[in-house]
Amino acid sequence: MSSKLYFRTIADLAAALDAKQLSSVELTQAVIARTQAVEPRIHAFNSFDEADALAQAAASDARRAAGQSCGPLDGIPIGLKDVIAVTGQPLTASSKMLKDFVSPYDATVTTKLKKAGAVLWGRLNCDEFAMGSSTENSAFGPTGNPWDPTRVPGGSSGGSSAALAAGEAIATLGSDTGGSIRQPAALCGVVGLKPTYGLVSRFGLIAFASSLDQIGPFTRTVEDAAIVLGAIAGHDERDSTSFQAEIPDYRAALTSQRGPWKLGIPKEYFAAGLDPEIATAVEKAIAFYQSQGCEIREVSLPHTQYCLDTYYVIATAEASSNLSRYDGIRYGHRSAVGKDAVDIYAHSRAEGFGPEVKRRIILGTYVLSSGYYDAYYLRAQKVRTLIRQDFLHAFRDVDALLTPTSPMPAFKIGEKADPLALYLCDIYTIGVNLAGLPAISVPCGFTKSGLPIGAQLIGQPWKESNLLAIAHAYERAHDWSAQFPIF
Amino acid sequence: MNYEAVIGLEVHVQIKTQSKMFTRVATGYGHEPNTLTDPVVLALPGALPVMNKAALDAIIKAGLLLGCEIAPVCKWDRKNYFYPDSPKNYQISQYDQPICLGGSVEIELPASARNLMGEHKKIPLTRIHLEEDVGKLNHGATDSLVDYNRAGTPLMEIVSDPAMHSAEEAYAYLTSIRATMIYGGISDCDMEKGQLRCDANISIRPVGATHLGTKVELKNLNSISFVRDGIDHEIKRQIAVVERGGTLVQETRDYDGQTGTSQSLRSKEMAHDYRYFPDPDLMPVRVDAEWKTRLQAECPELPFAKQRRFFEQYQVPYSLTSVLVWDRMLADYFEAAAQLAGPGKAQAVGNWIVNDLLRELSRGSAAAVGDAALRPRSPARDGGLAAPADAHALATSKVRPAHIAALVNMVDAGTVLTNAAKEIFIEMAATGDQPAAIAEKRGLCAAPIDTNELETWCRDAIAANPKAVAEYKSGKDSAINALKGPVMKAAKGKANPKLVDETLRRLLAVM
Repeated sequence: MSSKLYFRTIADLAAALDAKQLSSVELTQAVIARTQAVEPRIHAFNSFDEADALAQAAASDARRAAGQSCGPLDGIPIGLKDVIAVTGQPLTASSKMLKDFVSPYDATVTTKLKKAGAVLWGRLNCDEFAMGSSTENSAFGPTGNPWDPTRVPGGSSGGSSAALAAGEAIATLGSDTGGSIRQPAALCGVVGLKPTYGLVSRFGLIAFASSLDQIGPFTRTVEDAAIVLGAIAGHDERDSTSFQAEIPDYRAALTSQRGPWKLGIPKEYFAAGLDPEIATAVEKAIAFYQSQGCEIREVSLPHTQYCLDTYYVIATAEASSNLSRYDGIRYGHRSAVGKDAVDIYAHSRAEGFGPEVKRRIILGTYVLSSGYYDAYYLRAQKVRTLIRQDFLHAFRDVDALLTPTSPMPAFKIGEKADPLALYLCDIYTIGVNLAGLPAISVPCGFTKSGLPIGAQLIGQPWKESNLLAIAHAYERAHDWSAQFPIF
Repeated sequence: MNYEAVIGLEVHVQIKTQSKMFTRVATGYGHEPNTLTDPVVLALPGALPVMNKAALDAIIKAGLLLGCEIAPVCKWDRKNYFYPDSPKNYQISQYDQPICLGGSVEIELPASARNLMGEHKKIPLTRIHLEEDVGKLNHGATDSLVDYNRAGTPLMEIVSDPAMHSAEEAYAYLTSIRATMIYGGISDCDMEKGQLRCDANISIRPVGATHLGTKVELKNLNSISFVRDGIDHEIKRQIAVVERGGTLVQETRDYDGQTGTSQSLRSKEMAHDYRYFPDPDLMPVRVDAEWKTRLQAECPELPFAKQRRFFEQYQVPYSLTSVLVWDRMLADYFEAAAQLAGPGKAQAVGNWIVNDLLRELSRGSAAAVGDAALRPRSPARDGGLAAPADAHALATSKVRPAHIAALVNMVDAGTVLTNAAKEIFIEMAATGDQPAAIAEKRGLCAAPIDTNELETWCRDAIAANPKAVAEYKSGKDSAINALKGPVMKAAKGKANPKLVDETLRRLLAVM
């Protein structure tokens, strides 16, 4: 455990808060001071509001003093990716289009975190409209990786992973459409969980690709992930894709579910293009589970090679429609040169969107166009079904799959200028979104140059309890999460 | 050459629900601009739609009323196009799997006279689907303002086959749909409030041809008379173009009802590519048999069926049913009164309602009535019989079905005479008092006649009119009327006509 408050876990800080060894105001002040100190080098935040955070912290302390604590998150500073709505706070999606937009309403996860007493802290940088794998697509500048600020933190939720790794928050929320939680978690050496599609409400999450988007937590430990997931999961009548089910006690399941488990190793995920140091680290994780009595099986996900193509048809098609609301008419950036409605649309969108967003809108518009729909969108949906069946087939024999999270460690800012090279960052994470499965990235080592490596565990639908328990078993036997970037 | 028009209508009907199609905000008309909005209506970042089940109920009910096949799953698609009245720049609609397929709308065409039933036809439907309405643009001199109050109101689109051949049929079709929707409680169909809107696809072809000609879509037919006038105008325009040797182009035209002219809005080449795809925010909703059965039970009998039944069950003629059945409340009112009055008295009940009650109601609510053409009436009529009842006026009228039934029975029993009954009715409408009490209070009861005295008067009349007696005896039944006059005169108008008739016939029979 770190002596620094801002590097400690939720579980640990909640105990200290309950024991009155610490106040939320003290904790929040420590986080604010740390943020102010490191932000010039990290730039994880698009904005933050110290006075608002301290007021929330004071309210939390008052609740605890009155014996009315809302639970382990009460008083814990949690940062939100700047695609999740908070009343009265900016909601920019890291886009010039929404630079001055302030949300008049709360996302459902925001409401839930407020009910749990969390101190909502800051608006975290990301790729514009969550499109990217490096956070370099932010209209407000890139975020630095705390382990090496000349490198990217991953993306699109790079602000969420970097802020947590740098001690600028105790936990953060991100969104994951093709790997946007797990890949930055891996690159920044923290835990990142993408829940089963439908477990966490999307109401109030700026949509990128509606059938793939899912909100999830970044935390220092698997136990913390279980705590945050328990607070944000659950049916929401304002999201018709949200699942109607009782939410189990994920934290209790960490120790009640003991294994041994059967783990599948998808052979397609260890093919050419995987960094050898990452391969070695993940193989060590496999060996660990084997040593614990787990059965390890090689499995095949034969449609893996089609994941990227399928994803870039479906995600861009949905995005082209989802982003059409940003037109400069009711809110957001409006061009000064537009003369009539069509003119305002054209100029506002040309000025408001960055190049990657435009690229995806154009691609998505194309695949939905008359005469191309069947060849692209419809076919992609069919392949998506096959990809999901691959996973469900594998899950007949195993409890979870173990893979690398990212084929490469954090790369230099500006290193990957070719969008296609960047798209390859997500080859191990995208299939999970297409299949709607839960998956978690946990730290599993460092490269020789000191960059974090993540292993991905992919679970069965709705079995987050099991997935977290499997990840927790690994984490307890390793001390990766007790290492912090030095600067 | 003679031409035949081929017409298909796309009718948009706003569904009457408390809240909008995909969010809880209230629906409404005439509110302060942009007060019926929320993050979903305004398409704020992160807002998500959730289906209003009441709207799905309503469209399934509409489908059941019109004999449609109801799809087992309600599936949603996005129709993508940019326009400032559409906050998301896509409309949530149903593309390849509409909730209602097939079905038909029964119409009645005008006959040669008002009291005759016209030809009935069934216009086949292609589909009915559910979608959300858009906002409203208000154009100023230098700017345009948008009001999103209407945006997101549940809207169904009823698409007919190209199966109508005249403006008259289109008009009858539209009025029949309107009556059906009002009957089913699905919509109020007030065209002034935009609750019913109509676009027409029109083409012409030589009589006898079976191919379809080049179609023109006519938009903005925003009053019921504009529908007829606009279609008539377009048919004439197309014939004129062809007769001149010109070629028709597939286009969308805007009809201006004020000037009776139309202008091209866009050609086929400028048609949108809507890039339809399934809406990933909305799960398909399964519509099971139990759901349909529940709604079937809520489906009312439709006007034409009611008309047929009123004729069969109560022997009420077309001249009355064509007025009575087009307003559900009026039809129910009639039926309640007819039941209370008892067998054989339904026609008298109908006469009182159509001739007297409706006149009282229109007198009482003349100010509130507005455009009579916007309220239900027989599709075959335009400015037909008495104006149908204003719904509010009927509901609050002091004359209840029991009053009418009691009055009919008093007249039938001879307790009051027709002229007295008319007076009683007027007072009944003003006070709500029972007809017997009014008759008593105002001395309007027919005097109880001494039968001996009546017989004396009858004998006197027979003796004084030998010519009429001879005619009657020789078979001219109506000659008896010449004898009734003197009897009534002697009775000072207070004799029961039925009793006078009976007495005269009895005496004449034994002569």
